[in-house]
Amino acid sequence: MAKKTLKTAKQKSAFWNNFVLIIICIIWLIPIFGILITSFRPSEDIFRSGWWQVFPHKENVEVDRIVLPESVDLDGEFEILGKTATFEEFRNTVELDDGRLISWYGNKRTRTAIVSENRWVGFATNLTTKNYSDVLGGKTISYKNAEGQTITRTGNNLGGAFLNSLAVTIPGTIIPILIAAFAAFGFAWLEFPGRNIVFTVIVALLVVPLQIALVPVLKDYVNMGLNGTFLGIWLAHTGFGLPLATYLLFNYIGTIPRELLESSYIDGASNFTIFTKLILPLSVPALASFAIFQFLWLWNDYLVALVFLGEKNQTVTIAVARLVGEKGQDWHLMTSAAFISMILPLLVFLGLQRYFVRGMMAGSVKG
Amino acid sequence: MSVVEAKSPTPNGNNTINKILAWFGTTLGQILVSIFVPVLTFLVLWQGYLFLQRANAPQIVQVLVAIVWGVGGVALLYVVTNWLVMKLPKRVSRVLQPFVFVGPAVAIMAWFLAIPVFRSLIASFRNYLGTEWVGFDNYKFAFTDPRMLETFRNNLLWLIFGTAFSVGLGLLIATLADRTRAEVIYKSIIFTPMAISFVGAGVIWKFIYTYKGTGVGIQEIGLLNALVTALGGTPQPWLNLPPWNNFLLIVIMIWLQTGYAMVILSSAIKGVPAELLEAARIDGATEIKTFFSVIVPYIKGTLLTVTTTIVIFSLKTFDIVRVMTGGNNGTNVIANEFYLQSFTYTDAGRASAIAIVLLLLVTPIIFNNVRQYNQARRGF
Repeated sequence: MAKKTLKTAKQKSAFWNNFVLIIICIIWLIPIFGILITSFRPSEDIFRSGWWQVFPHKENVEVDRIVLPESVDLDGEFEILGKTATFEEFRNTVELDDGRLISWYGNKRTRTAIVSENRWVGFATNLTTKNYSDVLGGKTISYKNAEGQTITRTGNNLGGAFLNSLAVTIPGTIIPILIAAFAAFGFAWLEFPGRNIVFTVIVALLVVPLQIALVPVLKDYVNMGLNGTFLGIWLAHTGFGLPLATYLLFNYIGTIPRELLESSYIDGASNFTIFTKLILPLSVPALASFAIFQFLWLWNDYLVALVFLGEKNQTVTIAVARLVGEKGQDWHLMTSAAFISMILPLLVFLGLQRYFVRGMMAGSVKG
Repeated sequence: MSVVEAKSPTPNGNNTINKILAWFGTTLGQILVSIFVPVLTFLVLWQGYLFLQRANAPQIVQVLVAIVWGVGGVALLYVVTNWLVMKLPKRVSRVLQPFVFVGPAVAIMAWFLAIPVFRSLIASFRNYLGTEWVGFDNYKFAFTDPRMLETFRNNLLWLIFGTAFSVGLGLLIATLADRTRAEVIYKSIIFTPMAISFVGAGVIWKFIYTYKGTGVGIQEIGLLNALVTALGGTPQPWLNLPPWNNFLLIVIMIWLQTGYAMVILSSAIKGVPAELLEAARIDGATEIKTFFSVIVPYIKGTLLTVTTTIVIFSLKTFDIVRVMTGGNNGTNVIANEFYLQSFTYTDAGRASAIAIVLLLLVTPIIFNNVRQYNQARRGF
């Protein structure tokens, strides 16, 4: 008997655990879901109604339009479909006895009333990929805005920005790893004066805010002509990523058994051969963890790209941020652009989550 | 196990090749080769640089060349430098070789982080152009100007509420998920925003907070205002309303960072010995009591690390504010004021002072890291 109550109590608590978690997960996913749906809606629809209206819902649907003849005086009370009211009242919507609604179309001079009916509307069927093709290309595009007017302007060339982001992130991930691996090997296995002091400084640099470097380094870049170049931003990301990379790889490489290295030295291998043939292959898990970390960090970086690349060679984050800044209401472009900017990191992240978590655990000292 | 193969002796080719090889063996040949190889390396890299500077190829070609040039260039530099050092007499090369390994990393870190600390420190005592000494004027601005006081207040809000909710929610989710079968799914969902940029998250949440204005037949398209309307309230331009807008921005940080706290805390919770939990339950402790008197004390260290990391994050918060409000309407934060001072008002003095303030705020953490590292090293 006691066992049974214990079991039901357990089931009950499991139910509540799941219930709370499901609610939290729904709250967590709705924001992403909202922009995903919005990015596929025609621009006019986005301005007119919330994204949740793509699902079946009850809505006032226009069923008829009535144009009033010139003889009707709109300044006083007048009659539409047996209902008498003033223009102001009609404009604020009047309900007929059968439940239909009358509202006004545009201003007074249109002399047009709209009859609508509250009925069920099914799933939206007019979803489109036009937003994506518009925002990806750099050519002239046209779409309808909130007032139904057609707007024509230059596209945002997010496709180009995507390529730039690749050009920033791929070398910006590999270069610091390579340099850090060399350094970590040096710090872990080679003897040289000042080794401990220098490494202590590296540990201290782990949480130094990169803001400290932006002004002086930008000055150097302007003098050297590196501002706005890929080389410049690789170097910057290398500089800011190196302390963590060196620290993580040092911890990892330091755990490789000493006997393994010593036997290779006895075989006559040089430091360089040992590094490339032994250390690098053995460190692949640590390298992969940091690579994912750095990749996501670079892809999602905004500040460093903004300062050192600017609008020349703009990356996706800069392109999306510009879109938000310039045209605060173009949700069809902003949502599709945001989604494009999220695709690659999401894939990398979901595919290689295990490595990422491992790197994160090891590196939770970094800010 | 020998991973490294022994070098095979030089194969016997025909005479001409042997003669050429013999010439390479002479001292003069060696010196010439030692000069020629670095020069060739330099030329190849320089050509790549010029190609990228001209930028007249199609973008995809540019990008591919940039990637190959950047990654290959660094690898090549290491190989060539090491090769050069190995050419030197053994006594010299033994001393120099460690620097081939650690030198580039140390030089880059010095250029990008260590030296800038001092350069910023000097610049913070000079005027906006860096031409004259101004004493503590920039610090007077940094600590007393109403703009800065506003950023301090807001960063404090971020620090307290952002950290408390991220860590608290992360702990709650980790604990609850630990007792369910679908743990992996729940955790993946909460973790997913970690992959999204702050700029992307900015768009997502700006859309939630958007406001269309009042009028006939206007439907709110932002989720928050739609909910407010559905509950009978009046839609508001939320991001323009201090002090609530600060909290709405902090919500974004919580959305992004809870996953981080959850994952790390989750693995710590899994490390709590089952016997401890069993003992507490046998003693008749409720689940909540067990949680606070067994689990929380056990994972205290991890909690501290996670909290520290998120505190640093909240101090440096920038992208979200920049994209959502630009720091207007009472939402400014330190890092955004730094950005404005350095790149909008081009006041290098004030910007540097703010950067130093940021550095001072994380200094206790720096000392702690160094202390822990030294302790761990001595422990070996």
